[in-house]
Amino acid sequence: MASRGGGRGCGRGQLTFNVEAVGIGKGDALPPPTLQPSPLFPPLEFRPVPLPSGEEGEYVLALKQELRGAMRQLPYFIRPAVPKRDWRRLPRELKIRVRKLQKERTTIILPKRPPKTTEDKEETIQKLETLEKKEEEVTSEEDEEKEEEEEKEEEEEEEYDEEEHEEETDYIMSYFDNGEDFGGDSDDNMDEAIY
Amino acid sequence: MTQAEIKLCSLLLQEHFGEIVEKIGVHLIRTGSQPLRVIAHDTGTSLDQVKKALCVLIQHNLVTYQVHKRGVVEYEAQCNRVLRMLRYPRYIYTAKTLYSDTGELIVEELLLNGKMTMSAVVKKVADRLTETMEDGKTMDYAEVSNTFVRLVDTHFVQRCPLVPATENSDTGPPPPAPTLVVSEKDMYLVPKLSLIGKGKRRRSSDEDATGEPKAKRPKQTTDNKEPIPDDGIYWQANLDRFHQHFRDQAIVSAVANRMDQTSSEIVRTMLRMSEVTTPSGAPFTQPLSSNEIFRSLPVGYNISKQVLDQYLTLLADDPVSLFFFLFSFFYYLHKALGSLATATLESVVQERFGSRCARIFRLVLQKKHLEQKQVEDFAMIPAKEAKDMLYKMLSENFISLQEIPKTPDHAPSRTFYLYTVNILSAARMLLHRCYKSVANLIERRQFETKENKRLLEKSQRVEAIIASMQATGAEEAQLQEIEEMITAPERQQLETLKRNVNKLDACEIQVDETIFLLESYIESTMKR
Repeated sequence: MASRGGGRGCGRGQLTFNVEAVGIGKGDALPPPTLQPSPLFPPLEFRPVPLPSGEEGEYVLALKQELRGAMRQLPYFIRPAVPKRDWRRLPRELKIRVRKLQKERTTIILPKRPPKTTEDKEETIQKLETLEKKEEEVTSEEDEEKEEEEEKEEEEEEEYDEEEHEEETDYIMSYFDNGEDFGGDSDDNMDEAIY
Repeated sequence: MTQAEIKLCSLLLQEHFGEIVEKIGVHLIRTGSQPLRVIAHDTGTSLDQVKKALCVLIQHNLVTYQVHKRGVVEYEAQCNRVLRMLRYPRYIYTAKTLYSDTGELIVEELLLNGKMTMSAVVKKVADRLTETMEDGKTMDYAEVSNTFVRLVDTHFVQRCPLVPATENSDTGPPPPAPTLVVSEKDMYLVPKLSLIGKGKRRRSSDEDATGEPKAKRPKQTTDNKEPIPDDGIYWQANLDRFHQHFRDQAIVSAVANRMDQTSSEIVRTMLRMSEVTTPSGAPFTQPLSSNEIFRSLPVGYNISKQVLDQYLTLLADDPVSLFFFLFSFFYYLHKALGSLATATLESVVQERFGSRCARIFRLVLQKKHLEQKQVEDFAMIPAKEAKDMLYKMLSENFISLQEIPKTPDHAPSRTFYLYTVNILSAARMLLHRCYKSVANLIERRQFETKENKRLLEKSQRVEAIIASMQATGAEEAQLQEIEEMITAPERQQLETLKRNVNKLDACEIQVDETIFLLESYIESTMKR
């Protein structure tokens, strides 16, 4: 728009247009030059408007906080996974657990929709059969969990819930102090216990 | 997508779904449509995690997919939909005001889970309601179903797009992803289920739902493990309808502020009459005759036809011109939204720069274009201050400068410079600032919580201990001792923290209301 002409330093700079058009009258001082970036928290000139209080405001507020908490508990909240370990250095029995999880992961293919539930059911039945073959590792509690999962597979939202169930059963199983999987659980706990 | 929007989306996703979903979601928002492998490669996450994250995002309607040729499926994120997550409490509260606790819980379940079948929703809500009732009472499924049907009838809940019923004569492998079909007329069609049962308190696997399924499997068994009768028919919350409701609310309250209660009731009646007949993007409602309005007025209002006509004429002649009178009454939705957006801008200028600035702003709005001198004269503010204020508003882009050259060479000395307000661009600027504000608020809240994490955890532990001790019947003295584990200054710190977090949350909700108004206005201008 307006180009600043020459004359820096001799009074005010000469400008190519009639300065009065924008309102800077003769003899008015220009505002001081800016020598640094504006402060991070500039002082407020006016007080902010008070927030709405009252029944509705408080109810919505409580609702919001409740929702936040609730969403963290839902299966949709995916927690960062347990880091991969170097399996050469660890006893073999721990590895089976991971393989089971990986088998489940492969059943969760790209977008699933109702016509696919029959396919997935077959796959999970196969998976269950392979799991049953590893009877020595599977405890009775796990069998019950599987049955519950089978019922829930009707609703596809919970299909990828299985993993969370599996991982959650780590904790529950450790309460029952099962000798077989004790090593695996303590491995997890050890990692978290190192401060 | 602006940086501010992306930042806000990232914060929202992280708060609600965790880091992994956030990483995938933000990546998709930034880069647009991408196939699975590319996403995994670019974000450096394992394929399994990407799959999980995408499932969650699709479940919640935040990501859509499309099959391209050669069988590649591409995923695209809906940034706008992610930003809606800020508004969830408002939706739920609206459902509560309209359909009481049952409606509230239905909408809450639908929003938390993305999509659900009707039977799942009914069961869950009945269980939840039963938990809150006194011992011995249970919530009947029928009541919950009724509320659900009413929500569908008023279009607050709608069906999700369906998998088309493919004939099995298709040769070749099934497509990698189904193309979902939206059928307009089926959108609000509730399948005939007769869900019989009551809410359960504990998790027991008794039989609860028998039903008549819609088309595919016509068997009627009371078996426990039968397939769910309305399998494949999923429902989601219809956010557009909620937005329409908010918009109507805003307009009615604006009219009530400007005129009186009766006129606002008239406007509310008009809006309600055209609720279901007006498509969501229309600039104005269907024409209504004054007789129709008279007949539809709520029963309590005993105003005569003449008085009604007077009111209508008053509303039509209002310079804010929300109405348009031509033998029947339209309601200029676009103009109404424009007025609301302008009012928002005015109040922002007032709060930020003071009432004299607001006076100048309103002046320029009214007169459309003004020169510097004219501003000083009309506003009756001394020249220096007026100049200062104008420049302040100019630098923040509330006001813009329009050049009118006198000569073809646009010489600055021979050009008029006029101040003007471009409502649309000012609204966009303000919207952008709102997104930034909400992002800042969320960040600050997270920071505050993190700072006091140790203290929060301690207090939670103490509470748990107290609760367990009370359950086992401990003495008063022991409880006192445990409570004193938290010292007085710590207690004060906790109080301050709680107050701050509440304030920040309330601010977010407030800013979201402004965001809604501005977005509605901008959307309506884009549609014309």
